[in-house]
Order: sequence, then structure tokens, then C-alpha cells
Amino acid sequence: MSLRLEDISLSVGGEAYIYPTDLTFEKGSMNVLLGATGAGKTTLMRIMAGLTPPSSGKIQWDDNDVTGVRVQNRDVSFVYQQFINYPTLSVYENIASPLRIKGARDAEIDHAVKDAARLMKLEEYLERTPLELSGGQQQRCALARALVKGAGLVLLDEPLANLDYKLREELRSEIPAIFERSGSIFVYATTDPEEALLLGGNTACLHEGRIIAYGKTGEIYHNPQSILAANVFSSPPMNFAWLTKYGSEVRIGGALTAMGGFRDLEDGVYKAGFRPNHMGIEPELNSVAFEAHLKSKEITGSETFLHLDHEDDHWIGLIHGVHDLPLDQDHRVYVASEHIYLFGVDGELKRPAPYMEGWF
Amino acid sequence: MKINRSNIIISLYILFLMVPIYWLLNMSLKTNQEILSGFSLWPQDLTFDNYITIFTDPSWYDGYINSITYVVMNTVISVAVALPAAYAFSRYRFLGDKHLFFWLLTNRMAPPAVFALPFFQLYSSVGLFDTHIAVALAHTLFNVPLAVWILEGFMSGVPKEIDETAYVDGYSFPRFFTKIFMPLIASGIGVVAFFCFMFSWVELLISRTLTSVDAKSIAATMTRTVSASGLDWGVLAAAGVLTIIPGALVIYFVRNHIARGFALGRV
Repeated sequence: MSLRLEDISLSVGGEAYIYPTDLTFEKGSMNVLLGATGAGKTTLMRIMAGLTPPSSGKIQWDDNDVTGVRVQNRDVSFVYQQFINYPTLSVYENIASPLRIKGARDAEIDHAVKDAARLMKLEEYLERTPLELSGGQQQRCALARALVKGAGLVLLDEPLANLDYKLREELRSEIPAIFERSGSIFVYATTDPEEALLLGGNTACLHEGRIIAYGKTGEIYHNPQSILAANVFSSPPMNFAWLTKYGSEVRIGGALTAMGGFRDLEDGVYKAGFRPNHMGIEPELNSVAFEAHLKSKEITGSETFLHLDHEDDHWIGLIHGVHDLPLDQDHRVYVASEHIYLFGVDGELKRPAPYMEGWF
Repeated sequence: MKINRSNIIISLYILFLMVPIYWLLNMSLKTNQEILSGFSLWPQDLTFDNYITIFTDPSWYDGYINSITYVVMNTVISVAVALPAAYAFSRYRFLGDKHLFFWLLTNRMAPPAVFALPFFQLYSSVGLFDTHIAVALAHTLFNVPLAVWILEGFMSGVPKEIDETAYVDGYSFPRFFTKIFMPLIASGIGVVAFFCFMFSWVELLISRTLTSVDAKSIAATMTRTVSASGLDWGVLAAAGVLTIIPGALVIYFVRNHIARGFALGRV
């Protein structure tokens, strides 16, 4: 079982929605489509499902061309971000509906529905109609229907986006386990980088209709191949500063450093990037010190977000613990050189942050 | 209960609305002699003869049968035609869809009398004159556009994702439409049936023009009771009472959805 998109593209009225894309998903894999709203995640999934025909390219399912095959005849299930169920049918009939269409025997249907309902904790509600359920239960009903079908390709379009925090956490940890057992190909769209990391598997980063990075989720996160990919897969976004190197003199933003970490670098101009959580307010070994102007701060339960201006760049720092730093003053912040990614002026990765060396 | 001004106004208003209906009922239970002899608030000489006349005289009760026949035909045809049309307007974009949708209603902008003559000539020449289907078809000219508008409103309230989920689940289009979609817009279908029924039921001019004997409608029958002895007031009033009943019955069944129907489903 495998799904292969070959040179798939979509344009509507001369406007490109999806630029030519090649992707391959293997049997039993979890694949995350990560991107901001409007990046093309839903459109790409609709193409995979056969709900939207692509303008060009081919979709191969197990080496069969299924590009023109009707949705009904594809081995696929789809869960929407909105809670979509059949309002006039009971929850039981909602879950049973794919099996009824297949013409399964009543006993078989009953067994499968009860199983799915147990997994999704819907056993008590089988006789109700979907609109008599809470939002989370409605979405679980939709997920149960997708599960019962046992499709080879399961498409989940931000299934947890409209759920409350606790339910999201709960379902997020359940979903991969549930579908892993089915051995299906799993495609999960999300706008949340953290969700992508928690789900694992592979991640494809989408930006304005283009796949800008694809690979193992951890690898894509820790080794972003471009500034764009680093920004898509980072929340809050990565911080940047210009880095110039001439001989032994290295200048990052407004800071001069003679650190060994940049010794092997060719002379030239780079864009240095580091993640908010790698910023500190205490000096560490091999850290570069920056003077930055603190504009505002947000304190969550256990972390402090700093919004800083450093020269022309706006930085965000994510510091562990609660820190009461005075606003509208210059502060000294530190970034260890091993946490600094270097990108070329064109935005391509020149040197990954050394701390990840040997991980992949 | 406190009697305040708004209660009095509403009571007066309802009374005002009820007066003609009461008077019709009042007349239907009187003899012609009493009707013509003077003013009485209720029948002095209560009689059911007028109703008995209608239920025993074929020239009267046939009128009801004919009317109900073509009204039901019209309602079924209108709904059956409007359902797929409204679905297309609500789900697909095609060249000129917005214009076509708007111009559908222009049929209703002309008075029915305008179409009486062409229908009469056309149906006479193809041998449809004085048949139930002739009136039913003529009424669809007015009912289908309205039905399409109302149904489109109801259908647009159903998310397209439900259609797609059904296709993903494996539903074929006809099965999805009958099993999933139609129950979802059942109230819309009820309201549309009501509108078609009412228009066709009360419409006089076209039904009168297109029928003579075999398919003569009740409304036409009522206008043709002038005889040498003058109008048969009592029987006519009884016929009027019986004509109100089907409408009242139909309205009772869709009473909860009628407001949305008047808003063409767009609430």
C-alpha cells in the first residue's frame, strides 16, 4: 500500500493553488502536513482523496493510476475540521454508514460499530443524533466513521482544531495509536508545529502551495533546510540576525565575537538564526552576548516570553521560569554558538546548528 | 390576566380577521331565504342542506376532486423538478448561473392572466384542453421558480462537506440524495409543497380558462353557479367553507417551518 503524488498541481482561474508536487507516503506511515492557514493543506488532501481533481499530474495508489477514479471507489476516509456527520441519522447509523454501503452483514456492522464507539468513548450516545452531542463527541463520531471504514488512506484535516484544550491533548495521543493498528497511510494536516512533533512520523511543510521541506518530523524540525522551513516549523518563529565574517572577526547583529564555533566558516555574509527557547538571560559556556531592548513580556505558568528589538530585528525569547525584567530597557541576552543555524543570503541552510550534529 | 392595550389591539385584530370567515360559515348554515331576508348574527333556521347538496351533487363534488387531482399533480411535478434544479444552483458554479437563478423569478412577475391566452391556444391545439395535467403543467410555470428559490435556500444551509463525506463513505449520488440529503431539507420540501399547493389551490383564472367539463375546478364551479333563479347563496358559502379546509390542513403540518419558507429558506 502506498500513495504517490507525481507532479500534482492545481490552479483555478489562472491562480496557482498547489505548485507541482511530488510526494510518496508508505503503508502504515504517519504523515503530517504542516503549514499556516491557506498554505494548501486542505487542497492537497482533497486532491489525495479525489474530491478535487488536480490540474496536472498523477496519483498512484499501489502503482495504479487513480487520478480519475471517483471518490466512492477509492480506499479513503476523510475527517474535516468542522464536525461533519449526518444530522438525521443516529450516532450508530452514522458510524455504520460506510459498512452499510459496502453491504456488510448486520452482525458484522454491529461488532465494528461497537468497537469503534468504545475506542472513541461514544458507547453511551449511540442512540442520539449527532447534534445532541457536544463538539468533541461530534468529532469523535466523525473519527469513528473514518475508523470503521478501514480505508487504506486516512485523511485528517485539522481534526482537533475546534476542540477544547484537554480533549485535544487526549485525542491527539489516542489517534496515532488507534490508526497505527490499522496499518493505513495516515495524513494529518495541522497548523501547530508542536502537534506535528507530538505526532512524529514524517512531516511535509507547506508554504503558499509549495512543499518546502519533507522528511522525518524531528529531522525537519532540527535541520530546517531554509529560513522559510524554519519559520513554518517553529512556534514562535525563529530569530534572525546578520552575521559577517572577515578573517577571525565575526560579527553577529551588534555583537562581536571571536568564538571558535565559527572558525571553519568561509568569509562572507550569513543570516544567523536561533530558536526562541535557546535564548538565555544568564551567560553560558561559548555563548554570544547581545544587547536587546525589551518591549514587552508575557508570563505563562512556567515560562516567560520576551519580545525584544535587536538592531532592526524583532526577537522572541522563551525563557524557562518566571522572570521579572523591567520593560523599555536594554538587557543582555545570551545565545550559545552551538545553537546558531547559519543560512545563506538566499535563505538556504549553510550550516546546521552544531548541537544537533550526529543526531541524524 | 392583566388586560393591557396590546392585548386589546391583538384581540380586535384577530376578531377583524375572523369576521369574514365567520360570516361565510354563518351563511353556509342558513337557508337562501334567510340570507336574503335580512341581517342575523347566527342562523335562525339552522340547516345543513347546503352541505348535503355539495356532497351529493356530482357537479359540486367533482369540482373538489378535479381541483385536488391537479393540485396534487402540480405539487408532485413542481417538487420533483425543483429538487435537482435547486441542488444544481446550490452546489455547482456554471456559466450564467446567477443570472439564470434571478430570471427564474421573472415568471412570477407577470400576472397569470398574461399566460392564460397562450396556454389556452397551445393546449387546445395539442389536445390537452380540459385535462388535469393541463392545469397542473400551467401552474408549474409559477410554482417551479418559487420552489427552486426556496429549496436552494434550504440546501445552501447544508454544508457541502456532508455531500463529500457521503461520497467518501461510498454513497452513490442518488442514494446520498434520497437517504441523507432529502431528510436534511425535509422541512424545506414541506414548505415548498405547501406553497405549490396553495398557489394551485387558489388560482382561478388559468384553471378556469383551461377546463370546461371534465377537469373543472372547484373555484370555476363556484363562479358558474349563476342560474336563472339567481345565485344559490347558501350552497356557495358552504363550498367556500369546504375550500378553506384543505389549505388549513396543509398549513397545520408546516406551521413550524413556514417563516423560513417565506424567507426563501435563508434564515
